[in-house]
Amino acid sequence: MSEPIIEVRGLVKAYKSGDSELRALDGVSFSIDRGEFVAIMGPSGSGKSTTMNMLGCLDSPTEGVYMLNGRDVSGMGGDELAHVRNATLGFVFQGFNLLPRLNALDNVALPLVYAGVDSRERARRAQTALEKVGLASRTRHRPNQLSGGQQQRVAIARALVGEAPVILADEPTGNLDTKTSAEIMALLCEINEEGHTVVLVTHEPDISEYASRTLRFRDGRLVEDARRTKPKKSK
Amino acid sequence: MFEVFRTAVSSLWANKTRSMLTMLGIVIGVGAVIAMVAVGNGASKQMEGVISGMGVNMIMVRPGAPNMGGVRQGAGSGARLTLSDIRAIEEECWSIQDVAPTVNANSQVIFENRNWSTSVTGTTPGYFNVREYQAESGRLLDETDERSAAKVAVLGSTVAKELFGGADPVGRIMRVRNIPFEVVGVLASKGQSAMGPDQDDIVIVPITTAQRRLVRSSFADSVNMAFVQARDASMIESAMDEISALLRQRHRIGPDEDDDFQLGNMTDMINSLSQSTWVMTLLLGSVASISLLVGGIGIMNIMLVSVTERTREIGIRMAVGARAIDIRIQFLLEAMLLSLLGGIIGILLGYGASLGVASVLKWPTSVSGGAIAVAAGFSCFVGVFFGLYPAWKASRLRPIDALRFE
Repeated sequence: MSEPIIEVRGLVKAYKSGDSELRALDGVSFSIDRGEFVAIMGPSGSGKSTTMNMLGCLDSPTEGVYMLNGRDVSGMGGDELAHVRNATLGFVFQGFNLLPRLNALDNVALPLVYAGVDSRERARRAQTALEKVGLASRTRHRPNQLSGGQQQRVAIARALVGEAPVILADEPTGNLDTKTSAEIMALLCEINEEGHTVVLVTHEPDISEYASRTLRFRDGRLVEDARRTKPKKSK
Repeated sequence: MFEVFRTAVSSLWANKTRSMLTMLGIVIGVGAVIAMVAVGNGASKQMEGVISGMGVNMIMVRPGAPNMGGVRQGAGSGARLTLSDIRAIEEECWSIQDVAPTVNANSQVIFENRNWSTSVTGTTPGYFNVREYQAESGRLLDETDERSAAKVAVLGSTVAKELFGGADPVGRIMRVRNIPFEVVGVLASKGQSAMGPDQDDIVIVPITTAQRRLVRSSFADSVNMAFVQARDASMIESAMDEISALLRQRHRIGPDEDDDFQLGNMTDMINSLSQSTWVMTLLLGSVASISLLVGGIGIMNIMLVSVTERTREIGIRMAVGARAIDIRIQFLLEAMLLSLLGGIIGILLGYGASLGVASVLKWPTSVSGGAIAVAAGFSCFVGVFFGLYPAWKASRLRPIDALRFE
């Protein structure tokens, strides 16, 4: 394990509702090293999704410091954050979040559009990413022509295409059946073994068993940080 | 950039009906502007044609003060133009070529069981030259007719048609105020104009005859008006000066007094008329512009709907690295594409409509390149202007809110 790629200190996210202030996150600190596979767990309302949004630079904290890949991103403006998301982070969502009008190849190539990569190079890299997730034969299909598992594979390919060091997966198996879930988790393990740092949000214990470390949240606080010596492996 | 363009086209294509209906607003707006301006321009061109057809290098002399406002000398207050004034102009003014005094009487003309109300003009043979009338059949009036105050008449083609149907009027006897006149000629048609008086609805008799038999004024020597032809266009000004000086002298008008006659030339008339048609064109154009504005609001409306509908797409794009400006450009481009495409179709439609107006209503139209340029530019501007707000709204979304949007 080397230097931390993610480090948060005293993270607070507060929402104002009328006179009272609701703290979704109340002073959370942890760090994740490069190459780790971390599961974030907790019941709904525990702050795990809020944490994920902070880590994904989709939302900004009310207080606290977030160092991502050696840079302080907590004070950055919208355009800088867009660049950080583009270059450093890959997202995998529960609802896949593919663009319905684009085929698999164009969906995967989307981050490269905003990175300013030319179209031929985009197609080549998107093709490679799709081959990696086992969808080489589905590049021209649109999301509605693909199964849930296949759509999630496309989403994973999209997260990988920009060679982002951190993959953030928010309930990636929430919409999938058990068998497909296992396949997706196997794919994430594989990605992790290749050196990507993977952060996973889930409420299913058997999904979290794939991770080497579990961060457990309750009521906006980090209540447990457990390392697993022998993570579950797919066959 | 090409990628943004492709995205814009595909999202417009995905909502074909909606895009087309939205475009329709701009199509109608641009089409209306072009067609209306074409109608206005056509009218003013026609008007200029009519006026210059009335005679070239022509100056009109009328009795009465030129002052428009206030109560000046009214009719019969002594302001007169007499035949001897006209003779003096003819003899003493060097810059003029021809003079034609006229005496007008609106009257019913009768032939057998048919009648027609028209303008009966008494004048000298020079009139045909100044006003550029030519005989189609028979002959024009001559000096002999004038000297003898002959009861002869030349008919404009409209009168000939109304009174004689298809028959040849030359040699027939018709009656004006119960006085029999022999028709000696028919004028070649000057063409009926869409506006202005019908120059073919006219009966011309010798001025002497009109003064003695038709007008019966207490001032038998008076003329209503005189048409003067300058030697050429450059001499119109000097001719007017000469006429003015001569008439002031003859009418014994002191240096501090106003003229008791009016001089006008065709150039002035064309200018004032083209000014009024220009105002009409402007009016039509601005009414049509309102529909362009409405079309623009339609674009804004649809773009706002589109932003709401595609909130999730915006969120996804932001999550994978789109900056606010990328989102803004995308929506702006879509709005511009809609209005530009609508503008192009509108130009074609407006061009077609003005051709249609020209052929169906016989109303002359003239599509100006300027109107097309203005309409195209304006529709592009409408796209940018009405696309800005929705695009700005889209780009202001927070990625997390956009992603969560259901």
